[in-house]
Amino acid sequence: MPKRTDIKKILLIGAGPIVIGQACEFDYSGTQACKSLKEEGYEIILVNSNPATIMTDPEFADRTYIEPVTPEVVEKIIARDRPDALLPTMGGQTALNVALALAESGVLEKYNVEMIGADVETINKAEDRNLFKEAMFRIGQKVPPSGHAKSLEEAWEIVEDTGFPAIIRPSFTLGGTGGSVAYSKDDFGALVEFALKASPVTQVLIEKSLIGWKEYELEVMRDLKDNVVIICSIENLDPMGIHTGDSITVAPAQTLTDKEYQIMRNAAIDIVREIGVETGGSNIQFAVDPETGEMIVIEMNPRVSRSSALASKATGFPIAKFAAKLAVGYSLDEIKNDITRVTPASFEPTLDYCVVKIPRFTFEKFFQTEPILSTQMKSVGEVMSIGRTFKEALQKSIRSLETGLYGFEENFRFSLNQIGLSPEQQKEKLLAALILPFSDRLWHVAAALRRGISIDQIHQITGIDPWFLDNINCIISFEKEIMRLDGVSNLDDETLLSAKKMGFSDIYLARLLNCEEKDIFHRRTEAEIYPVFKRVDTCGAEFEAFTPYLYSTYEEECEADVTARKKIMILGGGPNRIGQGIEFDYCCVHASFALKEDGYETIMVNCNPETVSTDYDTSDRLYFEAVTFEDVMNIVRVEKPDGVIVQFGGQTPLKLALDLMNAGVPIIGTNPIDIDRAENRKLFKEVLEKLELRQPANGTAVSYQEAREIAEEIGYPVVVRPSYVLGGRAMEIVYSQDRLEYYMQHAVNASPEHPVLVDDFLEDAIEIDVDAISDGEDVVIGGVMEHIEEAGIHSGDSACSLPAFSLSSKTIDEIKIQTCALARELKVIGLINIQFAVKDETVYIIEVNPRASRTIPFVSKTIGVPLAKIAARVMAGKSLQEVGFTEEISFPHIAVKESVFPFNKFQDVDVLLGPEMKSTGEVMGIDTHFGRAFAKSQLATGVKLPLEGTAFISVKDSDKPKTVAIGKGLQKLGYHLIATRGTADYLKKNGVKVSSINKVKEGSPHIVEALEAKQIDIVINTVFGEQSIKDSFSLRRSSLNLNLPYCTTMAGASALMGALKCIKENDLTITSIQEYGATS
Amino acid sequence: MKKAYLALADGKVFEGDHFGAEGEVDAEIVFNTSMSGYQEVITDPSYRGQMVLMTYPLIGNYGINPQDFESDRPHLSGFIIKELSGITSNWRSRETLEDFLKKFGIIGIQGIDTRALTRRIREKGAQQAVLSTVSQDPEELVRKAQNSSGLVGKDLVKEVTCHEAYDWEEGEWEIRNGKTSLKPAVDKKSFVVAYDFGIKRNILRKLADAGCRVRVVPASTPAKEVLALNPDGVFLSNGPGDPAGVPYAITNIKFLLGKVPIFGICLGHQMLNLALNGKTFKLRFGHHGGNQPVMDIPSGKVEITSQNHGFAVTYDSVESSIDVTSVNLNDQTIEGIRHKEWPVFSVQYHPEASPGPHDSSHLFQQFTQLMKVGV
Repeated sequence: MPKRTDIKKILLIGAGPIVIGQACEFDYSGTQACKSLKEEGYEIILVNSNPATIMTDPEFADRTYIEPVTPEVVEKIIARDRPDALLPTMGGQTALNVALALAESGVLEKYNVEMIGADVETINKAEDRNLFKEAMFRIGQKVPPSGHAKSLEEAWEIVEDTGFPAIIRPSFTLGGTGGSVAYSKDDFGALVEFALKASPVTQVLIEKSLIGWKEYELEVMRDLKDNVVIICSIENLDPMGIHTGDSITVAPAQTLTDKEYQIMRNAAIDIVREIGVETGGSNIQFAVDPETGEMIVIEMNPRVSRSSALASKATGFPIAKFAAKLAVGYSLDEIKNDITRVTPASFEPTLDYCVVKIPRFTFEKFFQTEPILSTQMKSVGEVMSIGRTFKEALQKSIRSLETGLYGFEENFRFSLNQIGLSPEQQKEKLLAALILPFSDRLWHVAAALRRGISIDQIHQITGIDPWFLDNINCIISFEKEIMRLDGVSNLDDETLLSAKKMGFSDIYLARLLNCEEKDIFHRRTEAEIYPVFKRVDTCGAEFEAFTPYLYSTYEEECEADVTARKKIMILGGGPNRIGQGIEFDYCCVHASFALKEDGYETIMVNCNPETVSTDYDTSDRLYFEAVTFEDVMNIVRVEKPDGVIVQFGGQTPLKLALDLMNAGVPIIGTNPIDIDRAENRKLFKEVLEKLELRQPANGTAVSYQEAREIAEEIGYPVVVRPSYVLGGRAMEIVYSQDRLEYYMQHAVNASPEHPVLVDDFLEDAIEIDVDAISDGEDVVIGGVMEHIEEAGIHSGDSACSLPAFSLSSKTIDEIKIQTCALARELKVIGLINIQFAVKDETVYIIEVNPRASRTIPFVSKTIGVPLAKIAARVMAGKSLQEVGFTEEISFPHIAVKESVFPFNKFQDVDVLLGPEMKSTGEVMGIDTHFGRAFAKSQLATGVKLPLEGTAFISVKDSDKPKTVAIGKGLQKLGYHLIATRGTADYLKKNGVKVSSINKVKEGSPHIVEALEAKQIDIVINTVFGEQSIKDSFSLRRSSLNLNLPYCTTMAGASALMGALKCIKENDLTITSIQEYGATS
Repeated sequence: MKKAYLALADGKVFEGDHFGAEGEVDAEIVFNTSMSGYQEVITDPSYRGQMVLMTYPLIGNYGINPQDFESDRPHLSGFIIKELSGITSNWRSRETLEDFLKKFGIIGIQGIDTRALTRRIREKGAQQAVLSTVSQDPEELVRKAQNSSGLVGKDLVKEVTCHEAYDWEEGEWEIRNGKTSLKPAVDKKSFVVAYDFGIKRNILRKLADAGCRVRVVPASTPAKEVLALNPDGVFLSNGPGDPAGVPYAITNIKFLLGKVPIFGICLGHQMLNLALNGKTFKLRFGHHGGNQPVMDIPSGKVEITSQNHGFAVTYDSVESSIDVTSVNLNDQTIEGIRHKEWPVFSVQYHPEASPGPHDSSHLFQQFTQLMKVGV
């Protein structure tokens, strides 16, 4: 069927901020959908509050609204732009939920908007557990015995039938938020209550636990002609009981015979038809009993998903792109396979390689939480690797993770090799660890195999299929063989080649042989052992592949077929993690786009399957590889690029810069030596002294003794942190010597190679972020951003405003002058980001990063100029003059960036902000007035802004003076005030009417009870000192669980008040970024 | 591990590790792109005279089980893979792949760049090759491969067909209540005589499940004897090699045309077309896999099909009395025909799957419908 001509304008809903369970895979799918529909000539209206997405670049839609993805806002867009159709399947659960809400409230009908891809009935059938269960029953498919409860009482009745352990799943949440496993009556009640709260419809599913069963996923596509194809099968290494987002997964399925696979395939086809997904991609999860093969349907997502992004990357079949085409009426046979060019999309990809995905966790950021996996997703990113064998792919994934592990090293939370621990005791420790699914279970398994614990026993304990265990065991056996060589000089060519074929990295081999990575590298060069590159082609080489989507392996034939064009290679950022996420991928993609436009061949290297950068469409050539020295050098050897960009992918490529340069790799842009001058504390001090610029008093310590001396000289409080980190890892503000001692002894491992930085902490200073571009001659400011929270809160967690809203023009000018001076001194070619602190009109430099920063997309979207693209062109040799960016942009609007946190996934974690970054994503609010822009940013994070009600205030002594203005302001807006005794007394004394309430420790009736009784609508709570933080923990957790606006800083409270004022005065309006004047 | 060598007629030699039986064999080399189903492939009689390269690299993972045989033994001459699993993991597995191959004297080679080999076959076409664990002289092996005669014009059917007629009743298995058991039997309303040119058991199972009582007869059974059994329909099975190498079968089919409903699959389809005055030609490297898109021309719907053939029917040889009913969307070759007057139809692909998708299994019902109507 040809495409539909009765629809012209299509509204696409994006997924909003990056959160756990909904990450940049939806930028990947949304971007594909936009491109694909635009190509067909449709007018695209897009809404997404996440500025760090490629899809919100102005050229991807005709109208792009960077506005909150809420039903209210989307209704306004519909009323204004009158789209003919709404495509709800590209923006994750967020988009589906908003679309459903709009359908149910009658908005779609009112404006005559047709939902394409999936309709309301389909979404409900797939999402509502009861309807899904009925549907499965109709087609003879089994689902786990289960029942729905709207209350605890109902839940108790259901669990009588299902028994323990029981899975508890709240309805309509993403990433399994609020889900858990109850092992007995003891924990059941509390877990159900929590899950009921997490569900927006106060409903939970109690389900028979299939813990230990094998878990599979199929990615399915269907078109309007009812053609159905399976794009990819995925087998989880982890059995049921661990969220698939947190599972190590493998494609294709490994341990199913064809008969069993076809039974699953037939079921998937029946399910898609029964649920009624008319067009597009769906994901269906199955559990299989390893003893009998009995198969049970777990769930289906009637939309593109994290798994479909993975499946697209794993197979080369672009699910979202084709799903968009199907949604407008094409059938699969009418779409050409991009890679083969001659065959149609109506086929099933076949792989001649093995794909492994490993999730990336950041439990170290949330040390109050045990790193144990369950049905609620906790990972923040993932890596994917392609190898010709599972062993090779697995080991490539491990080094892609960038956790400091390059193989099966033993780096556990418990010590295995401590003195006096017998081999038997070590085994016992490991066996005990295997019982629970820790985030590093893969390494526990390897360590157990290393100590001779049998595959069978590990299988019994962990439920991991023996096939996977045997493969890991082969690696461990080979590792022993290598260690027996006793030194790199005994490493013969044949053994080395076998090791490389099995996926061993140079570094891990070096660790096994007690030598340096470079020794192995030399040995390999001597023996001429290099990998070849194979193509991902969807068809197992049956047809010629025209798309250079490549992966390395140690075999005979290389299919890289490099060209003689001028080429630039861009090193990506690896897995998403807190501190390094989609913003860096955005910059890499922009570099690729810009240099492609300028006639270069662009080569992308990355291993993150969620991203736009690893779409084979983004760059001329894609190497799906780990971003390590070894892997990059292998590609460089074959490609011989004219330039390599290391400054856009965050810390991942940056930390390779010096080694690459020393190995002769042509790094373009700012010289790695100058980058080092900015990152190395000592060298940087010299730079500042030369320029006569100020930084907070500081010192470098390699021991507690030294740290104490420095702190005493500077005076407490001080900020302490390890050198060379991103995202404020292990950074802390220390107020006392005791705490400093604790920090130096427990939080970091200081050494001469890894010193600890001790800085004066500027209390109540304003923090400023500046992004600028330099071509070596001229420096142009991108934007000067003012943080809303005061210095001390990590810049990645702080809200910020562009332009600055409270600084004097004199201060701003001073900041700009210093920026230019630093850019020149560091001979910056490309991007530079500087963080300043301003206290009493004095400007201090906190840090300088001569590279792409997290704020580049936000600034670019705000000023309407693509900074990363310009920077890439400058790095490739153009002047700012030549690219036409010669002066700072002035603009009439205000944009606010707000951070989004994963606290709801980590029950034991405090929501207080500090110098260690904890946010996973960001949103942008843009308007002509600060208050309105701030209000939009809050709404975009998912917080509800109450137009009336009660505000609770409880603040530390030093903040009390500031509460008066806020209290009065809120009162004037009609809010009731309630405060804990100290704060209430202070407010009353200053003429603010307020009632008081007990702190939790003061006993009932206390504030948490009031919160739970829904008597509080806004929470303002600042604390000082460990005890008071502990005391008020439950208060902040409750606010979070109830999704209330809560401020943990006075600056935040003041901004919130401004926002409330605006939305009370005027209804919010919407404006597209094209109208703000964005250009591509 | 013992070395094995694979030498191609074009002069290329691959050195790998041996598994399975030892020895030396020459045959045509083809690649199969199915990611699962090696047991079915190995025991499919259509692979007689060929050695098979699996493009999916990890083979042997789920072992060999008693239910998924397509015949009672392997028929291919050699088996070429990237990596043999060190373990079998599946609740139905009873034997390792290696033991199974050893038992039946099938030579295997692993550890070679199977993707390079696949690309070579794609570029240069299917060709003769020698697989050896005996000789280590590459030049000698290449010479042997060059001297090896191909399968064009050969009658390989006689090597795989049954010697005596037999009845078949068993249907497919399913998993019920935690057990692998046969599907409940259905009423056998039609009587089918199936010519065994190398028939796959799953065809028989599918016919049984569609309600057919089946009598399997040797390939050389005269048509008159078949008609004397008074069947409701005649089935022409798949099989190895060149349809032109089996003239007696074509003569028999000619005799049956118009007298009884006929359904042919794969080689059966090709021979049926030859009997209808059509012509066949050898494809460069054939279709061997489970992901081939076939469009049903009347409905415009696409089915993903299982395929295994090296020859195909030429378009211009199809007479006006015949409708082409389906076409391969990858290379536009003919996938199915139907006679305009007689109840006769056939498909180039494998609706019985095994291995591969089940999208086309409705064709067996179509056959039973046709038999109800009769001639």
